[in-house]
Amino acid sequence: MVDLHAGDMRHHVRLYVRVFVALLVLTAVTVAASYLHLAVPIAVTIALIIAAAKGSLVASFFMHLITERRVVFGALVLTVVFFLVLMFLPLFTQWDTIGQKVQ
Amino acid sequence: MEIPYTVTERPDTGLYNAKLGVWLFLASEVMLFGALFSSYVLLRSGAEEWPHGWQHLSVPLAAFNTLVLISSSVTMVMSWASLKTKDFGKYRLYMGLTILAGLIFLAVKFFEYREHILMGEVPAHDTFFAIYFTLTGLHGLHVIGGMIVNGYFFGPGARMWSSEPERFTNRIEIAGVYWHFVDLVWIFLFPILYLL
Repeated sequence: MVDLHAGDMRHHVRLYVRVFVALLVLTAVTVAASYLHLAVPIAVTIALIIAAAKGSLVASFFMHLITERRVVFGALVLTVVFFLVLMFLPLFTQWDTIGQKVQ
Repeated sequence: MEIPYTVTERPDTGLYNAKLGVWLFLASEVMLFGALFSSYVLLRSGAEEWPHGWQHLSVPLAAFNTLVLISSSVTMVMSWASLKTKDFGKYRLYMGLTILAGLIFLAVKFFEYREHILMGEVPAHDTFFAIYFTLTGLHGLHVIGGMIVNGYFFGPGARMWSSEPERFTNRIEIAGVYWHFVDLVWIFLFPILYLL
């Protein structure tokens, strides 16, 4: 186990506080954007971009993904691929023309 | 029999076993929540009418809960960092704060649920409330699960610190990775359910 010294600890604390502040700011931006009552496609895009930025901060720094080994990324890439398939399933239902008459 | 690679890294993965284990577990969790997010998209895009979340749900309460969960992520990672500096007292403080934040989150959720149920806005009310209760309920169960684990490491499980400090520190890191994932899921649930 690599122990942290007082100096390292201060560095870590500063980093975690910065990430915390960034998360608070991004949360405030998300809420503020929702009060603009934008059209749904624009609102969804903005909300998802901010949520993805916040999620990346949490995963990178709190979950230490930024310093993680390659094998973890291998598992995560596979997860992302299957997650995207799940997200596109609703779209695939729109494209599904089996059983319909050809126009 | 001694469990292998609880402290040292496996030569082939470069990780201690629990680290790889928790990431694989979280991969399955992504699929679980992903399936429900996908269902949400399908239900919403297929509905003739879909309410904006803020028309039925309390944005200030959910924003407060977001703040609570983000804060708990900071205290959780600080509890791990405290063990790394061998400061067990600070570990106890930060872990206690993390558990307290979890309790506050659940209390707020309880009052939200109570208000909806009293107004007849139960899962059977409409598709919006069905997916709202499913997603937030599943997330709430994950919060409870994390609190049970954190509670164990705050109380009886902390005895390991005196016998196997490195293994205990790794356990807190793993519990933290799970707890941050619960925070991460909420980061997406909040805008999707409440703000859009």
